[in-house]
Amino acid sequence: MKASKLLRLLAVVAALSVVAAACGDSDDEGVVGPADCELNETDGDLAIFNWAEYLDPEELDAFAAEFGVRVTMDSYDSNEAMQPIISAGKSGYDLIVPSDYMVTILVQAKVLQVLNKDAIPNMANLLDEFQDMSFDPGNVHAVPYQWGTSGLAVNTAVVGTDFDRSWSLVFDPAVADQYSGRITLLNDPRETLGAALKYLGYSLSTTSMEELNEAGDLVSAAADTNVLAFDTDQADELLVGGETLIGHGYSGDMFVQFLEADDPSDFVYFVPKEGGTIWVDTIGIVFDAPHPCTATTFINWLLSAEHGAALSNWNYYATPNEAALDGLDEDLVAFLTDPALLPGGQESLEQLVDTGDFETNYSDVFIRAKG
Amino acid sequence: MNTAIRHQSGTRFALSLNAVFVYIFFYAPITLLVVFSFSDSKTVGRWGGFTFNWYGDFAGNQALQHALWVSVKVALWSTVISVILGTLAALALERFTFRGQKVFDALLYLPIIIPDVTMAIMMLLFFSQALDVVDSLFGIQTTKGIETITISHIAFNVSFVSVVVRARLAGMSKTLEEAAMDLYATRWRTFRFVTMPQIVPGIAGGALLALTLSLDDVVVTQFSSGPGATTLPVYVFGLIRRGVTPLINATSVIMLGASIILVLLSLIAQRGRSIGQQRVPAPESDDASTSSFSTQ
Repeated sequence: MKASKLLRLLAVVAALSVVAAACGDSDDEGVVGPADCELNETDGDLAIFNWAEYLDPEELDAFAAEFGVRVTMDSYDSNEAMQPIISAGKSGYDLIVPSDYMVTILVQAKVLQVLNKDAIPNMANLLDEFQDMSFDPGNVHAVPYQWGTSGLAVNTAVVGTDFDRSWSLVFDPAVADQYSGRITLLNDPRETLGAALKYLGYSLSTTSMEELNEAGDLVSAAADTNVLAFDTDQADELLVGGETLIGHGYSGDMFVQFLEADDPSDFVYFVPKEGGTIWVDTIGIVFDAPHPCTATTFINWLLSAEHGAALSNWNYYATPNEAALDGLDEDLVAFLTDPALLPGGQESLEQLVDTGDFETNYSDVFIRAKG
Repeated sequence: MNTAIRHQSGTRFALSLNAVFVYIFFYAPITLLVVFSFSDSKTVGRWGGFTFNWYGDFAGNQALQHALWVSVKVALWSTVISVILGTLAALALERFTFRGQKVFDALLYLPIIIPDVTMAIMMLLFFSQALDVVDSLFGIQTTKGIETITISHIAFNVSFVSVVVRARLAGMSKTLEEAAMDLYATRWRTFRFVTMPQIVPGIAGGALLALTLSLDDVVVTQFSSGPGATTLPVYVFGLIRRGVTPLINATSVIMLGASIILVLLSLIAQRGRSIGQQRVPAPESDDASTSSFSTQ
């Protein structure tokens, strides 16, 4: 009897101490970093939490061999899945690869370390437009990793090359009716409503309900008449497989899939002249990273000309690394330097900005528009 | 008479038709999955000629194999431990009365009832806090990994195992056990030679269920894993973002093959046991039942 009472007491104490630890944590936390590291210093094995298939495993082996550390990498499938795992602490990861808007959220939550720029001299290799990101001014917490756009991909073997590179291909019935039932749009409220907003001449991240409803009506009309499906994962495959003629999708996905086609020159990807989204994925150090110096060294290593090029050549997304441009595959360079890629110019690209509480309106309007 | 027979054959026909439909419903998708794992096209669902390439890719993909290995290790450990704990819990609840039994009973069902995501967040918070406490107590650096995944799987598997074993225990009369104890068998010997052989099918069923649940789980695993501990379902789920290729089909076929072999083995084992049981312990149980009659 006594023993069981003691056990019960112990259990209560254990439970309480966990609760106490949980409460104590939140007070004394500030911004972590910059880590006190020398150039190319390592302080142990490296653990990376990354999107699936986003970094060549052989590159990890190369880093491991060069610096004499072990490297492990695990994958997540969305920013939203990664965020709670990292924010809770004790994840064990050193490096994460959040997208633009997620960087803002993570910085506010003090989940990313301030980087030690003295130990990352290769940051100078970044293109000018990636030196100062709007979501993290001065690149204090996160370094651009890869970037891309979303736009339209067209089967030119069927559609021809004589068309206006505009969102009217999917939103103007006068044009889109010819391709009825052979169009897909992304299954993503921000991306697809964003396309309609751009077509109407508004901002991608509008917080005006009126503008949003107008865009919703446009998507709804397209859904009722010409759109085969709202699909994110298969849009590229449907297009190259011949089921669709026009696909709304992400640049890297489209480029990779084009190379699978019998003749890649039958397909073209572009951001319509009215503009579209540009996204930037970044790499940053977790606040409780067990090995911040190895992580810092890895970031610097990845920003070198050689390894920056290897990164893009493997995942086929565009590199923000100016020094790496010379080392890119010919196929990839051909896609990226296609003069028709950006008919609206660099200025037509716009980043999605977190609209806070307004975000739910995007989901609501999109769900209604899909019907 | 004649109409009765016709009726019967009609019912029989309808029943077998139903069975055929059920099997088509079950196995048509699996057949498609297997067929397209041999398709020489990167697009799932498009036939591009016959190839073994995807199986070659599987053999050459270290990350995938590592994930498979992690899955198998987690599944085996969590099954063994949850079978022991679950069976003990089932015995305690069915064979004894104690204070707080009702509460304990209700609490045991909780992991079955609560949604996966809730369980996952609970585990996430628990591990991040508990590891902090461990670190500050012992001054060491621990991180989440294969051990924490195993613990979280045990946490939900114990409930499932104990439910299955309890169902078996509830349908079992206490008389044999009482008879054994009347004949001065100790509690342990009673358990070992009377109770245990009778609940083995329940334990085996619980173990298979636990193994399957552990191999399938994505959400809880994702939130309790750490560096280097990605299980196969989590890895495959991550791959989907870059487009589904028949590599996923090939992986699934290999897992499917493994589970079919597992089920066949368990069937063979059960068959062997039931034959053995009929031969050897039969006189023993005869004795026990006659003596239990005599005490009544």
